[in-house]
Amino acid sequence: MEKTVVLNVNGKAWSLNIDPEMPLLYALRNNLQLNGPKYGCGLHQCGNCMVLMDGKAQPSCMMPCAAAAAHTITTLEGIGSGSSLHPVQKAIIEEQAAQCGYCLNGVIICAKALLEENKHPSDAEIREALQRVLCRCGTHTRFISAIKKAAAANAG
Amino acid sequence: MPAHHSNQPANQGRRNFLKNTGQLLIGFSLTQAPFAVHAEGMPFATPRVEEDSINAWIRIDAEGNVTVLTGKTELGQGIKTALMQMAAEELDVNMKRIRIIIADTGQTSDERYTAGSASIEGSGRAIRMAAAEARKRLLDMAAGKLNAPVSGLTVKDGIITATATGQSISYGALLNGKSIEGEVTGKAPLKDPSTYTLVGTAYPREDIVAMATGQPVYVQDLRMPGMLHARILRPPVYGATLTALPENKLTGLAGIIKLVRNGSFVGIVAQEEYQAVKALRVLQQSATWNKPPLQPMLPELFNKMAAQTDNGEIVEKNDSVDPAIAAAAVQHEAVYKRPYQMHGSMGPSCAMAQWKDDQLMVWSHTQGVYPLRSTLADLLSIPESKIRVMAVPGAGCYGHNGADDVGADAALLAMAVPGKPVRVQWMREDEHTWEPYGSAMLLRLKGGLDAQGNLLALKTELWSDTHIARPGGRAGHFIAGRDLEKPFTFSPGRFSGGSYRNAVPLYNTPRQVILYNYKGPLRTSALRSLGAYANIFALESFIDELAHKAGKDPAAFRMQYLNDDRAKAVIQLLIDKTNWKERISKKGAGLGIAFAQYKNEAAYFAIVAEVQVDKTARQYRLVKLTGAIEAGQAINIDGIKNQTAGGMIQSASWTMLESVRYNATGIQSRNWDTYPILRFNAVPDTEVFVINRPELPPLGAGEAAQGPVAAAIANAIFHATGTRLRELPLKL
Ligand code: FES
Ligand code: FES
Repeated sequence: MEKTVVLNVNGKAWSLNIDPEMPLLYALRNNLQLNGPKYGCGLHQCGNCMVLMDGKAQPSCMMPCAAAAAHTITTLEGIGSGSSLHPVQKAIIEEQAAQCGYCLNGVIICAKALLEENKHPSDAEIREALQRVLCRCGTHTRFISAIKKAAAANAG
Repeated sequence: MPAHHSNQPANQGRRNFLKNTGQLLIGFSLTQAPFAVHAEGMPFATPRVEEDSINAWIRIDAEGNVTVLTGKTELGQGIKTALMQMAAEELDVNMKRIRIIIADTGQTSDERYTAGSASIEGSGRAIRMAAAEARKRLLDMAAGKLNAPVSGLTVKDGIITATATGQSISYGALLNGKSIEGEVTGKAPLKDPSTYTLVGTAYPREDIVAMATGQPVYVQDLRMPGMLHARILRPPVYGATLTALPENKLTGLAGIIKLVRNGSFVGIVAQEEYQAVKALRVLQQSATWNKPPLQPMLPELFNKMAAQTDNGEIVEKNDSVDPAIAAAAVQHEAVYKRPYQMHGSMGPSCAMAQWKDDQLMVWSHTQGVYPLRSTLADLLSIPESKIRVMAVPGAGCYGHNGADDVGADAALLAMAVPGKPVRVQWMREDEHTWEPYGSAMLLRLKGGLDAQGNLLALKTELWSDTHIARPGGRAGHFIAGRDLEKPFTFSPGRFSGGSYRNAVPLYNTPRQVILYNYKGPLRTSALRSLGAYANIFALESFIDELAHKAGKDPAAFRMQYLNDDRAKAVIQLLIDKTNWKERISKKGAGLGIAFAQYKNEAAYFAIVAEVQVDKTARQYRLVKLTGAIEAGQAINIDGIKNQTAGGMIQSASWTMLESVRYNATGIQSRNWDTYPILRFNAVPDTEVFVINRPELPPLGAGEAAQGPVAAAIANAIFHATGTRLRELPLKL
């Protein structure tokens, strides 16, 4: 049943012996030991498992690894860390935009994808871009201000 | 030398424990410590920490770094930062020197549950007193070394300086690796709040950096060498029993280590996570169950509730209420309904457990490590001294969700595969269908006004299932406990205070409150604010109705019956900030106000909701929520704002959308499609104003918003449409 699948994640090619049917999320979390993408529903309803697939924000909880092999994947870890934070991460930290933070992965991934396409999104466009992400702590308004701040920093 | 010496053997042992683990304590990071525990062989028994000893709360190492210990857990509320601020302030050290260890039966005091917005009042107070005591002792020691009176010493970042000579010595050097032992006498001077430099500021939470960059933060992120993955086959409905489990269906599936069955409790342990998920699907399709039907259905439920009037519990008695209402010029009565609602944590419950060398280690996002431990002892019939429960943050919990249950699941499976760490995570469907919900509630309010529109009396009758079914040592409170071959029985606690939380109006008028305890069909327990959500929704809607009948401004009407100046101040602040007077006088604008003091003893909170109504489409949009909160001394202003805005949005979601649907075959709200919550496009703008009163004790703030928000939205809809909505969620 196991097969060799090559996944291109965060700029590296990973050759994995896995069940090719396995959703990408499990490979990212367990085989590659990444924490950014999270299981929330497994049903494309919550956005906790978001990754960038060829630069677009996509949930990873239902896509089989076999299909994911055709794409370039970037996770939260690949967006920025330590002293080289992405402007969205920086703004999230500065605005203290998190409570439990479980949804942050989806928020940051979607925000990054948005800002790549639209340097000056309106409030409505930000909301639209984050529509697939659920947050139960109710941190929404801080997320929106953080993304606006990141957009401004990018532009400036 | 002051009392940091003690020669009893027990303490000696404990000092060794501290010494051995010193590195780990100081270097505690969310990621390493939970892994390191078993490997390092740390003790499983409760540390011999007397709660009144300083080092139950504060430890200082030779480098002058401070470790704070709390029995409370981090649930996303930012408690770690607030408690660290309190310790740093009292000790006069920089925040950079402070670390914190959260609830762990191997290290911290038993502080029961992290619940009821009481962490700052409880743990915060203990930590502040211990820090003050430590500071006093250190100053006494320094006075000797520096040859100066204590009054001639100043402290800056843990360096004590004698003003006269300029000589100084650090906390670390004074202690030189020894721990500060001795009691918290309560007599050490506390700092004057006017001199605070840290408490009351918006000190940033550092854990957000880890969250934003994908570092391991959550129990879901725990990984250990040799770790196995598991899933639980839950019954299709409460009380179902397993009639057949064709194990042969698993033949040929890869990675299956063990199928664990005990009565109707079934768990599948596999090498890899997805293998466990696949096996679970096979079992779900092949298992057969004996399924008792669920009943009564909504809305029959509310009729059944109302029919139960034989066991009323008098919460607040006043014999003048009935006659006063009967004689009133204007009499009014209204009935309000709240359905079952969910915690709906983003991260499904998860735990890891390991049974090794006759000892059980459990990592859990529980709200109470000690109660979980005693309940596990009951479940497994092993002594508590062999169990250690360590709290690791999960996603936001908002009350008693599946955290304890999954801890029990993990423990049962770990016992079946000795030596191996077992990680169990619930599927989304498990979380949605098995978490204990916030109870459905029914409220009937009656009131009377005189001919001039003055309030004469208020009467409340309320019906509710329990809001408190946490495991407190009895294994019947675990789902798994009830499914075992020899099942444990569930007996809800008799404390019904959660049901009538905030049911007694704060308004100065004769009032009477009666509670009917009703056993409904669904599993219920504490959901953020417990009964206060529905009680305040009903009361603050009803007050609005009375104000309307009296022809008075609803804000002014409330102010008229409040005696407490702090209560009036939050309302007044909102009146000023929202341009209330002018806007409320406009018909059809869609503005509503509500107020409550949480538990009638914690934070004061008032809220103005603004809605836009599309009458033809029978839809409304919540445009903005503006809140004002006063929680005494604010420890972290930004933390209070964040928690309050979050509570406002969560309550708006409950209020506008949420209701657990079920039928005879079980819960139908099995995921986010069938139990929708607010998404970004419907979330209102929020604004929060904090009144800080540094001279007063801090009050719990985390749940203050839940009730008033619901009423404010209903009141705003009434203002816009003239239609009074009394059933949650509010649908036009
Ligand atoms: S986990 Fe993928 S969308 Fe919820
Ligand atoms: S911050 Fe907790 S779910 Fe969004």
